[in-house]
Parts: sequence; C-alpha cells; structure tokens
Amino acid sequence: MHRDLPESLTMNPTPYLSLTGIRKRFGAHTALSGIDLTIRQGEFVCLLGPSGCGKTTLLRIIAGLEGMDDGRIARDGRDIGRLPPAARDYGIVFQSYALFPNLTVAQNIAYGLTGRREDKDRRVTELLALIGLPAIAGKYPAQLSGGQQQRVALARALATSPGLLLLDEPLSALDAQVREHLRGEIKALQRQLGVTTIMVTHDQEEALTMADRVVVMNHGVIEQIGTPEQIYRQPASRFVADFVGQCNWLTGTVLSPGQLRVGDGIVSAPAASELASGAQVELFLRPEDVQIDPRWEPSPNSALAEVQQIELLGSLYRLTLSVPQWGNLQLLADISHRQLVQLAIGDGQRLPVQLPAASLRCFGTVEAA
Amino acid sequence: MSTLTLPTPPRSAARRASSEWLALPLAGIALLELVILLALPLIAILGQAVHDPDTGVWGLSQVAPILASPSLLQQVKNSFAVALTTSLIVLPLAYGFAAALTRSAMPAKGLFRALALIPLLAPSLLPGIALVYLFGNQGVLKGLFPDGIYGFWGIVIGEAFYTFPHALMILVTALSVADGRLYEAATALGAGRVRQFFTVTLPSVRFGLVSAAMVVFTLVITDFGVPKVIGGQYSVLALEAYKQVIGQQNFPRGAVIGVLLLLPALFSFAVDHLAQRRQQALLTARAQPLQLRRQPLRDALAFLFCTLAGGALLLILGTAVAAALIKLWPYNLGLTFDHFDFSNVDGGGAEAFVNSLKMSALTALFGTALVFGAAWLTEKVGVARRLQRPLHLLAMLPMAVPGLVLGLGYVFFFNEPANPLHGLYGTMTILVLCSIAHFYTTAHLTAVTALRQLDREFEAVSASLQVPFWITAWRVTLPVCLPAVLDVARYFFVATMTTVSAVIFLYTPDTALASVSVLNMDDAGDTAAAAAMATLIVAASATACLLFAALQWLLLRRTQRWRNPG
Repeated sequence: MHRDLPESLTMNPTPYLSLTGIRKRFGAHTALSGIDLTIRQGEFVCLLGPSGCGKTTLLRIIAGLEGMDDGRIARDGRDIGRLPPAARDYGIVFQSYALFPNLTVAQNIAYGLTGRREDKDRRVTELLALIGLPAIAGKYPAQLSGGQQQRVALARALATSPGLLLLDEPLSALDAQVREHLRGEIKALQRQLGVTTIMVTHDQEEALTMADRVVVMNHGVIEQIGTPEQIYRQPASRFVADFVGQCNWLTGTVLSPGQLRVGDGIVSAPAASELASGAQVELFLRPEDVQIDPRWEPSPNSALAEVQQIELLGSLYRLTLSVPQWGNLQLLADISHRQLVQLAIGDGQRLPVQLPAASLRCFGTVEAA
Repeated sequence: MSTLTLPTPPRSAARRASSEWLALPLAGIALLELVILLALPLIAILGQAVHDPDTGVWGLSQVAPILASPSLLQQVKNSFAVALTTSLIVLPLAYGFAAALTRSAMPAKGLFRALALIPLLAPSLLPGIALVYLFGNQGVLKGLFPDGIYGFWGIVIGEAFYTFPHALMILVTALSVADGRLYEAATALGAGRVRQFFTVTLPSVRFGLVSAAMVVFTLVITDFGVPKVIGGQYSVLALEAYKQVIGQQNFPRGAVIGVLLLLPALFSFAVDHLAQRRQQALLTARAQPLQLRRQPLRDALAFLFCTLAGGALLLILGTAVAAALIKLWPYNLGLTFDHFDFSNVDGGGAEAFVNSLKMSALTALFGTALVFGAAWLTEKVGVARRLQRPLHLLAMLPMAVPGLVLGLGYVFFFNEPANPLHGLYGTMTILVLCSIAHFYTTAHLTAVTALRQLDREFEAVSASLQVPFWITAWRVTLPVCLPAVLDVARYFFVATMTTVSAVIFLYTPDTALASVSVLNMDDAGDTAAAAAMATLIVAASATACLLFAALQWLLLRRTQRWRNPG
C-alpha cells in the first residue's frame, strides 16, 4: 500500500506540538504515566486505544480542559501547558457535537467569529460550502441529521482558522454508513486545509483509514507510534497486534536460529533467528496472510487443516481452521469469494495451509507459567 | 465538499481569554450568602437552646427541665399521633390519585392534576377555616362530627388537604418513570396483575413512597397553621413553639422546642436522601415508556376515585371562598364583598396583601437570580466547580429545616445587637431573604436539573472559540433554561405568598403580611375576614400561575422556536 504524505510533512520535520512526560492521576487511578509525543505541522494523528486507556484525558489536557500533574506541552517552541483553554488557539469537535440548540447553524458557526457582520456572514457561507451543506444556514441543530450536525460542529471548530484541530470520537455517534462516508470527507478536508489534527478514537479501522500516524495507547502509556501500515503490519507489542485487527497466535520453541517447533511440526520464521534455542516464543500472523494451497505440497511451513467454520464477513470469508500437526492450533484465514469457489471449500473439509515465513512476526519469550 | 481553500479570517487576539477566574469570587459570594442566610441562623438557634442567659452557662441545664415537663411530653405524643395518622390517610389517597394519573387511560387527566395541586395555592390556615364552616359548631355538616371538629380529627383532615399535593407530586414522579419493558417481560412470563403489582410496580415506587411519607410526616409535625385554627385544646409541638415565642415571649423555651422539631425533620431528610439515591440507581437509560391501553373498568374506577378526591379538595377550597362571600354565616346567606374590606379588622388588611405581593415578587426576582446564578457558576464554569459540593450541601439544608425553626433562627441571629446585619431586622429585606432561604432547596434542584440537561461541553467549545463564559451563559445557557427559570420564579412567588411559618416571627406592623393576617383575624374571631384574605391569597397565587403560564407560552412561541423544529 502506498500513501502520499502531505507535502508539509516531508518538507517541515520540526515538531509543531511536543508533549513531554505528561502525567495525570485521578485519585488512585493513573490515567497517564509519562506520555512523550511530537506532532508535525499539518499532520493527522490518531490516539487509538480501548476505553479507559487515557486517550481522551490526553486530548483534554492538550485542550487545557483538564490539568496535568506533570509534564510540558510546547507548541511552536512556546510552553502552553499552563495556559487556559481560550488562550491555546484550537478548534474542537466533541462526540456529542455540543451544538448550541437554540442557535441556528449560521449562528453556531459564527459563534467564535468577531468583526463586522458582513465578514462573519461571508465566512459562514464559505464554511457551509466547504462542508458541502450550503442550504442549511437558517436551520436549528434539532432539524439536522447526525451527519449534518457533525459537519456543522466541524465547521464551527474551523471557523476561526485555528492552528490545531482536536476531534474527540467525532464519528462514534453516527450510523455505520454515514461514519464511513464522513471518514473520507474529514480526511480530505484536513488535507486541503493542512490543519494539524489530533483525533481520539477507539475504532481501529477509523484510525487506520484516516491517520498519517497512529498512537496506540493502553493503561496510560503509549504502546506504539507509527504509520497505519507499521501499526498493522509490524505491531510493537502483543496488545497492539490484538487491538488492531484479527490475529493468529502460535506458541513455539526455538530449535535453531529461525526454526521453531510448533506442536509436532517445524515452522521456519526468520523473525526468530536471533533467539537462543529452547526459548519459548509467540508467533503472530494476520488471517489474510494465511495461504490456502490448491494442492498438498510438502514444505516447511505447511500442514493439513480441517475447516471448522465458514463465516461471511461481507467482501471476505473467514475460515476457522484446526491444524492437528501444530498441536490442534485454531487458525483464522481470510479468503476471497473467488477462492472459496475455486477451492470448493466446505465444512469439515481438509485443506493444505501454508504460513509464509516472511509474514510471521515474533514476540519474545512466553513466561513459563 | 467544495474544493476552495480557506482564507484566514482576521483574528482578534484581544479577546479576554482567562475571564474564568472572575467566576470563583462570584460563586464564593453566593456561597457566603447562603452561609449567612442559613447556617448562621441555625447555629444561633442551637446556641440559644443550649445557653442559659441567666447564668451565662453553656450546656443542657435549661433544656432538661423543659424536656421533663409533662405538658411537653403530651405535645410530642400528640404531634406524632397527628403526623402518623395524616401520613396513613394521605399516602393511599395520593398513591391512588397518582396511579390514576399515570397508569390509567381515564379522561380529563390535566384537569385532575390541576385540581390536586390547588392546596399549594393556599396557606395552611385555609383548610382549618373551611373545616370550621363545614363541621364547626354552626357547620353545614356538623352532624358528621358530633363531638366537634376542634381537635385531633380537625387537624388531621386539614393537614391531609395541606400535604396531599406534596405527596402526590413525588408519587407521580415515581410512577411515571416506569419501564414498560418490565411489564411486558412480566406478562410474557405469565405474571398476573397482582403479582405484577408486587414484583414490578411496588419495587419501583417504594423509594417514592418512603419519600412521600417522610415529606408528609415532616410537613405535619412542623406546621402550626392548621392546629392554630382547628386544634382547639389539642396541643401540638409546633403550635407550642409559636405560642411560647409570640404569646409569652419565652424565647429560650421556643428555641428548645424548635430544636426538637428539627430532629424529626433531619431524620426524615436523611431517610429521604438515602431513598432518592437508591431510586436513581434503579433507573436505566434504556427504559421504555409505558404504553397505556384503554381498560374501561379500571379507567372508570380511576375516574370515579379522582372525582371523589378532587371533589373533596374542591369542597374545602369552595367552602373557604363561600365563607368569604356570605354575609353572616349561618343566619344571612346573602352574598357580599364586605368581608374583603379589611379597614375595620386587625391584622394589617389591604396593606398586608400588598406587602405580601411585594415580598413574593421580590423573592421570586432575587431568589431566582441567586439560585440560578449560584447553580450555573458551580455547575458550568470551570474554576468555580470546586464550590459545587459545599453549595449543594447548603442548598439541601432548607429541606430539613422547618420554617418555624428558620424564622426563630433569624430572630436570634439578626436581632442580636452585635450583629452588623442587625439593621435588616424588621425590614422587608429580611422577609425576602428568609423566604429565599426557606424555599431554596426545591428551586436549587430545579435549576441544577435544568443545567445538567445541557451538554457539558458547551463551555469547553466556547473556550476553544475564545468566547468568554458569560456570553455563552447569555446566548445559550439562559435561553435554553428559560422554562426552568420561570418555573423557579413561579415556585418562589406562590410559596412565599402562602407561607406563614418562617415569616410570622419576622414581620412588623409596617410589614404585615396577608397569610399572617389570616391567622390574626381568625385569632380575633373575625373568621369571615380571615376566609376573605385566604381567598385573596389563593386568587393571587392562581393569577400568578396563570401569568407565568402565559409568559411561558409567549416566550416559547417567540424565542424557543428551536424546540419544535417543523
């Protein structure tokens, strides 16, 4: 997969926003323990994690809505960590949108604007055109659909041309279809305006499709920072691998560099080449990397598997396989509709499967339990 | 989306950003006002009860002999007997009425609801007066009470009238939060009507029942209006406190009895508080409203019951109004407005009525401003939120403090020459302040409920847009909360118009009040004039309610179009 990074990202590598050692406790609960993060100008960064991981707290600290116990926030080299929210220059969109119910769409968008009436009106017209809803200026929020409300909230946040846009789960209150549509629109808008954006989400698909960089958080610490590809293909920890997409886990013992015993079989994995023999490791493989062969050909990483379940996911089928040779391992494999037809796969059938050695990733030693 | 790129609009850097700090001293002032209006007077009455002015000794030395007196013991027993009996009568009636309003498909629900709330418009003296005309020595229905209405049963009936709407409102609230799904589930599982009542209905309203019982009990035990008019020789605690202070100028004894009255009120307050916390835990956000289907027999019974109960309430009110209009009961039944000419009777007369209107209007104005201002600052404005808990605690206090005790506390606190606020004593201002404090709790809860319904991120959005918090309050918070603001103002007006308990210790000849003059006229034997004044109070309260309703309708139409998008 190839991605075009916005020009500003490649040309201007100096950090726009840098967070250093952010700590926050709520009573006995540690919400954030030492967060370090730098964000470049024009970048779209997603804070991704399960609920309670501290991502929203971090966003609220950046917004100045929550105080921090320790740490530093610098923006363009200026310390903003102790400034009140109004002095920080950002726009924010909340999950609830927080549109003022008694003001019209135009009044909502113009809420933060100052100056002459004509200037404000022109700006509102521009923003309504920008979000693709030119005809709703006189409506009240209660007259709009969820998706429309969301876009108005976005327009209001962008009205003052803030240097930073903060999005707190902006899509999670919407229907699946609207959500998917708006993902693309918000991303396009962000590119077009080049506004540095931080979005909080618990939806990994949202983070992967929208972000330039994803920050995966858990229990108040950052597990991994990387591009969506890095996060998905090269997860830095078992948590990241599990949280971002489906995985297969194989437990094995290192026999020799790059060779492991899994159940009764031998699996070769270059990723494990630096481990000492006898070490227990966990191998990780995405379901779409499991290869189903039309014919059985003995090779290091193949085995015969039995189909236990076939599940339709929409554009894909997900097979649940059992592999006797690898210690009755349960293996998930994603295949296309065409493959299913071509291989004439049915319940209980035996299939040759292969684990491509290059796709296997290795996570340290399993603790002897 | 369009493809234009946004030009940067001119930014004004001069907007005052950190305006929030202003909110803290403002909220602090509101809190201080509550301390002065509530906490200090209560401390004063407690001090008075445990301080012997003759010897200057602090302790229970003067409390013990008062408590040991046999008359006091009898009064305690009487008070409990009356309060318990009234609770036992009012609760089933109010429950039946509330169930008919919420769980039946009977017609004319709005009318019945309005009818049931009538007693709120009248001072507690009105049922007493009406009972005298109905069952007294020259009453139309005298035969029903051959031993005379004066005494135990007179008090119980009068208190039942007075407390009915209070119990009803709580039970209507409790019954209307029913989760329809629970009944569907019970029906699907084969539970009959009786079993559904005991397994679904009763558990969901039991805390409401506890709450209603506590409210009725406390109201009865601390009210002296009804016993004053219809109690005869049957002496109760609240009346005794009033007599000690007003009749015999025995302030220490009044203070001790006042503190005694505080005990059951505090107890029921605590029970109610616990019950309400449990009640909230019962409600889930996924509850489905109950769908009412027509059931002819049930609806007819509900209608009949409400007609009878509502008729009884109307009979009592109607009797008082009739008493005000009839020339000389029972000898000359011709109609007249003469009783409304108060120039020849003691107790203040027409000026008293004007004073009451003025006091109620001022209380509504300043009370609403204080309640909403304090609630808004501590709920919504960042830095002032740290005062939320102390404010809430203070605001809940008046619920537990009988008006009688509060009024006595004001006497002890503000009449102390060393108090720099001594100058307020005997003025209209102190009457208004006392009324604000007396009715603070309900007003506060209404305000907080309304404010909490607003998205809690409005202020955060405003801050990010660099709009000062008071502009958001003016443009968004206030307009959205306008119906609640009007509700609070109307509540303050009507409650102040009808109250006797707290202000009776604080008025002067210059600040005579309508409700107090009802009591004084009745005391002087001028019952017809008392009935006339009570009728005027009801009329004023009812007019105020209608005016507020009209105002609400107009405002909703003109400024609240957003509520009903069409």
